[in-house]
Amino acid sequence: MKSAVIVFPAANCDRDAKVALEQMTGQSPRMVWHQDSELPDVDLVVLPGGFSYGDYLRCGAMASQSAVMKAVKAHADKGGMVLGICNGFQVLTESGLLPGALMRNAGLKFVCKPVALSVEETQNAFARHYEKGQEITVPVAHGEGNYYADDATLDRLEGEGRVVFRYRDNPNGSARDIAGILNDKRNVLGMMPHPERVVDPITGGTDGRALFQSLIETLS
Amino acid sequence: MGTPFPGPVRKDMKARVFVTLKNGVLDPQGKAIGHALNGLGFSSVGEVRQGKVIDLELNETDAGKAKAELKAMCDKLLANTVIEKYEIELK
Repeated sequence: MKSAVIVFPAANCDRDAKVALEQMTGQSPRMVWHQDSELPDVDLVVLPGGFSYGDYLRCGAMASQSAVMKAVKAHADKGGMVLGICNGFQVLTESGLLPGALMRNAGLKFVCKPVALSVEETQNAFARHYEKGQEITVPVAHGEGNYYADDATLDRLEGEGRVVFRYRDNPNGSARDIAGILNDKRNVLGMMPHPERVVDPITGGTDGRALFQSLIETLS
Repeated sequence: MGTPFPGPVRKDMKARVFVTLKNGVLDPQGKAIGHALNGLGFSSVGEVRQGKVIDLELNETDAGKAKAELKAMCDKLLANTVIEKYEIELK
């Protein structure tokens, strides 16, 4: 599986994503600068966590307008896989690749801790190595992870099996406990928790491994 | 008499854009401000909603064009219309 990680200024989890991809795939991802207007030939594009452009205006708003996002959209339109983690999820909603928006946490505090998630859907490229209903523990680290969409959109996401992860104990006020969603073509996943931080037991867990294994199996 | 100065007449316009959360979208910051004001003894304060003000200078003389351009700016970047609404004021 060939992958690329987009490097936005101040998105500080790009190297975490790189290390996780190296460990899981045995290959180094291509690191692509946000001003590049072309992507290398890859199967998976990762939009990493962090605070791109200092979260100016709104989280992910500036990054969604960067040159590389046109190429990421084209990659997604062709059916290429895109994984947006944390700030990457915010960039995906701001750029219209995923519906809804991520708002300030209901409790107003930045939340940084491991959280229990329930895997809701496994019939997709990102979660096939999990079991439906499985509880996994993945860390969150965000101040604006409160997923919002209108009721019609939420009903559609649930009806179409596009809510992949839900919080067991909602840390941020997200509508219907949503932690991660797919686009309608199921090749774009955005999630607030950080699976790339739990691929090695040395960092506190391995529950993120199955997500990368799912992608590797799908794409090889 | 000399001919008038041939360069373009430059008249900068100023605009103010108000970006606020749509009705019905929960505003935890507004809520916290309301609680704080109540705590300070301002007991008349009910619901509080907060938003942003963005001031822009435009090199434009045509108010119609400026408004259309500002609307495009709001839709494209300044507001996230999933959760926010905006108002434009030209000065």
